Amino acid sequence: MKTTLIMSTALAGIAFGASAQEVNVVSWGGAYEASQVEAYNKPFAEETGIKVNMIAADNPATPLRAQVEAGNVTGDVFDVEVSDAIRLCDEGALVEIDPDMLPAAPDGTAAADDFVDGALLDCAVANIVWGTVISYNTTKFTDNAPTSAVDFFDTETFPGKRGLPKNPKRTLYLALIADGVPAAEVYDVLGTDEGVQRAFDKLDTIKDDVVWWEAGAQPVQLLADGEVSMTTAYNGRIFDAMVGEGQPFEVIWDGQYMDLDMFVIPVDAPNPEAAMEYLKFATDTQRLADQAQYISYGPARKSSAELVGMYKDGKTEMAPHMPTSPENLESAVLDDPEFWADHAAELSERFNSWLASS
Amino acid sequence: MANTALDPHAAITTTASGVATQPLTTADGKPLVRALARSQSRARRKAFLLVLPLLAFIVITFVVPIGQMLQRSFHNDGFSANMPNISAWFAQTERGTQPDDAAWQALAADLQASAEARNIGVVGTRVNYDMPGTRSLFTSTGRKVRKGIEPPYRETLLEIDEEWADPQLWATMREVSTPYTANFYLASVDRTRDADGNIQQVDENQRVYLMLFWRTFWLSGLITALTFVLGFPIAHLLATLPMRKSNLLMILVLLPFWTSLLVRTTSWMVLLQQQGVINDILVWLGVIGGGQRLQMIYNQAGTIIAMTHILLPFMILPLYSVMRTINPSYVRAARSLGATSWTAFRRIYFPQTLPGLGAGAMLVFILAVGYYITPALVGGSSGQLISNMIAQHMTSTLNWSMAAALAALLLGAVLVLYWLYDRLVGVDNLKLG
Amino acid sequence: MLDDRHGEAFVAFEHVQKSYDGQTLVVKDLNLSIGKGEFVTMLGPSGSGKTTCLMMLAGFETATHGEIRLDGKPINQVPPHKRGIGMVFQNYALFPHMTVGENLSFPLEVRGMPRDERETRVKRALDMVQMGKFINRRPAQLSGGQQQRIALARALVFDPQLVLMDEPLGALDKQLREHMQFEIKHLHEQLGITVVYVTHDQGEALTMSDRVAVFNDGRIQQLAPPAELYERPQNSFVAGFIGENNALAGTIEQLDGEKALVRLDDGGLIDATAVNIREKGQRTTVSIRPERVEFKPEMMPHGAHTIEAQVIEVIYMGDILRARLRVAGSENFVMKMRNTIGQTHLHAGQSVRIGWHPEDARALDPV
Repeated sequence: MKTTLIMSTALAGIAFGASAQEVNVVSWGGAYEASQVEAYNKPFAEETGIKVNMIAADNPATPLRAQVEAGNVTGDVFDVEVSDAIRLCDEGALVEIDPDMLPAAPDGTAAADDFVDGALLDCAVANIVWGTVISYNTTKFTDNAPTSAVDFFDTETFPGKRGLPKNPKRTLYLALIADGVPAAEVYDVLGTDEGVQRAFDKLDTIKDDVVWWEAGAQPVQLLADGEVSMTTAYNGRIFDAMVGEGQPFEVIWDGQYMDLDMFVIPVDAPNPEAAMEYLKFATDTQRLADQAQYISYGPARKSSAELVGMYKDGKTEMAPHMPTSPENLESAVLDDPEFWADHAAELSERFNSWLASS
Repeated sequence: MANTALDPHAAITTTASGVATQPLTTADGKPLVRALARSQSRARRKAFLLVLPLLAFIVITFVVPIGQMLQRSFHNDGFSANMPNISAWFAQTERGTQPDDAAWQALAADLQASAEARNIGVVGTRVNYDMPGTRSLFTSTGRKVRKGIEPPYRETLLEIDEEWADPQLWATMREVSTPYTANFYLASVDRTRDADGNIQQVDENQRVYLMLFWRTFWLSGLITALTFVLGFPIAHLLATLPMRKSNLLMILVLLPFWTSLLVRTTSWMVLLQQQGVINDILVWLGVIGGGQRLQMIYNQAGTIIAMTHILLPFMILPLYSVMRTINPSYVRAARSLGATSWTAFRRIYFPQTLPGLGAGAMLVFILAVGYYITPALVGGSSGQLISNMIAQHMTSTLNWSMAAALAALLLGAVLVLYWLYDRLVGVDNLKLG
Repeated sequence: MLDDRHGEAFVAFEHVQKSYDGQTLVVKDLNLSIGKGEFVTMLGPSGSGKTTCLMMLAGFETATHGEIRLDGKPINQVPPHKRGIGMVFQNYALFPHMTVGENLSFPLEVRGMPRDERETRVKRALDMVQMGKFINRRPAQLSGGQQQRIALARALVFDPQLVLMDEPLGALDKQLREHMQFEIKHLHEQLGITVVYVTHDQGEALTMSDRVAVFNDGRIQQLAPPAELYERPQNSFVAGFIGENNALAGTIEQLDGEKALVRLDDGGLIDATAVNIREKGQRTTVSIRPERVEFKPEMMPHGAHTIEAQVIEVIYMGDILRARLRVAGSENFVMKMRNTIGQTHLHAGQSVRIGWHPEDARALDPV
């Protein structure tokens, strides 16, 4: 690594932007990473001659934090969740990104106005919007299909096990939605002790029927095996199984939880210029739209929406599968990183205590 | 010996003791002791140089990181290092002192400087550990005062957020204004400090660690017992079968070692889940009805089954190596002396396997206490262990101090058990292979 | 076939066969009766089946065929712990995790004997082997000879009628071994117990036993008191296995009752006693002990046949002189002469004529 570093620095000194440059991008692996390789990395390498090394991590924030702590940063661009981006930015681990540096939309709208709310932070730029959605196995409900978050908690009418992620962030909101809290008020309610209690009380009603998952691939497998009849899952994974593999799954967009994924650049990144080039390139209107060909995550720019077309199979319209489609947004809960920065530890303890008690 | 008088060595000893008052010297007159030390020191130096790489390796990769990790459990300067003025004010004043103008000024100056230096998040995180819900107070205030803050400081800060007046917040800031703290250990045993600094239990619905510690040790004990029950007959079979057959069996025993965790986990799922092979067979046999399928994975049972499977070889191998050295004639002797086969086993064979059993139980128990991947994958909610909490604090909440405190307690508990084992059985009786 | 003695035999093997693999028989048709109080040794080379027989008697191996009786009762189906047989193992098999006292107490405990009686018996048994003060030692703290005594005491402490010993002295040095032989023999006489002893050391067998069963190839080759075994071997194997022996191959020339005349392959004619010979013209091996060979005509019976022999070397061995001779083409013929005053001293290269009493030369089966 050190040799590479010295080499690249030396070469950069001789001829800036020469083909020997490279950039190390740490992302999440799987179908998501593949979509980034297709939509960002290949055209980027072609256009700039900068080689992109893709590195997979379970959660890129973990190696990022470790590398910063160790004072030996090897990645240039990291794809992280919003809460991590904010936290790492506050801790001074990230390079600030001026929105004016980012390319404007094709119609001339400035980047600052083109990105969806919350997509531009001091040190981070969002690339996609992804949803955690309810999905069910259609073979389990042949005559009467569930349609809402309320049905998810109704094991009488819709029998079978439920899949939920083993963390408070993506479970408590769903309980509140199912208990009748409007999406916009979820965090207000969750900010009070009574609200938290209300969420746990609702979860109690299905606790015995829940199979808890941790990794994104698990709920899809559980649903396919028939181990659960209904589960929440990342919408891209479900889409992949539904359209890509033809599994008999259906998505309920009611009670969707929306997250952003963000690109960040650590301070002391080995190739800062190339990293910034990559970040600008990858978050322009066309690249974000292109990525939607490969995975059903919504582009973080408004101007990309109209460019989103067909899935790579050439016959599936992507728009209805996007978390950002207007009809899918009706009861969507947008992630609130500030709330979770304050309450993640506390609610995790509460959640684990609740899990462990019988 | 009867022939001591004739023993030539004895003769020399007698002569030597006769002149023992003078120090012995070598042929050229140097003191013998020093010559001996010199001749041995070279060998010793060489031996030391040979183990030096290993020593360095262990120190660098094991002792130093663990030491650093443990240090985090009682040392966290996230607040004190970045908020020097207010920390100094806390140091000069008594607990319970109302914040005066100097305090507000110090706080404002620190907030501004910290926000400018981009480490206000670290400060907020540190306070948030002890008082949840305060991180955003620091970061949002920081964003507003980054460019500068004007007096009157108290009013300005209260205008930004009224929470700055909260006495609990000031008590917490006082608490975290020194880098050394026992609060992470308190939190690890479900204890916290109230505004007056008294230690009390946390709310009932926040209590989780003590219960998980208890569950970890109880499940580890159970898994150790299960590996013993399952592993003992196999080890005995391995030790008594002819070499060729026992080699084949040994491969079967070791197979789990050579299989990737993912493959193993997947096969457990295929076997154990409610729509899985075992349930299918039971339903097909009519043992259970289609609606009563057993829950054998994603719960405590899953953790027990999977960990017993993984850890079985660690019980079998030491047992096997000890059993192989037990001569079959002991049991025969016992039988010929009138013992039934059960008595012979209980009184003669079993006691001789104890060193292997001790080693195996120790290995399995200590490994089980630290396991977290398996419980995370197949444990559901009721099969989680304390190490899953440590992992969560390491990777998810990023509260490494808390992770370190939990790990230190776990390490301490294991050391206590080891000490107990040494007192009761004696570590010399361990036989690892 | 089986005579009346079997009725009163303490231990009896009847037509016992044993196979481990179903292909070969390790023990082929074993018949053996041992009287009460008798000291019988099973002697033979390794793999001859002697240990297997002992293990079948102890109950650790089952007989494939045939019956084993103890004190008149068949014991094939009786498990080892109910046979009441004391056993001393080759490696002593003292329980390493118990003290000497606990080792001795064990057989009494499993018999449910009360504590004080156990203590008395243990003490008595230890005193019997002069090991009383070692009661609290662990086996590992004892020397080989001491362990041997403890093993002996343990096998005797519960007063078994029958004691089996499986090469118990194999691990001791020569001096200690000889000493222990006497002690075991002494204990046997003192206690009146029946002992079945397995060894491959013929010296041990001859010293200690009332009768010796010589095993080879899964069969008892001869069962006889030591003197008879030495003096009157029934076949070539026993003749060769017990003591030193000269073997001469030839053909029966004349047969007159027990008196036989054997024509050696080089033409020489010798006297012999027919043992397992049926007719004239049969091949035979004549066996003569070295100390029974004579070279002075006055020491031979009248009319004895003699053959030519060349002295190759004479070795002075103190009590005897040992001459190696070339006889009938073989250079391994040995003659022993007592080292007495007036003994004729032979020297290498000398030619003599040797002969013997016909009873001393036994015409056996051809090797």
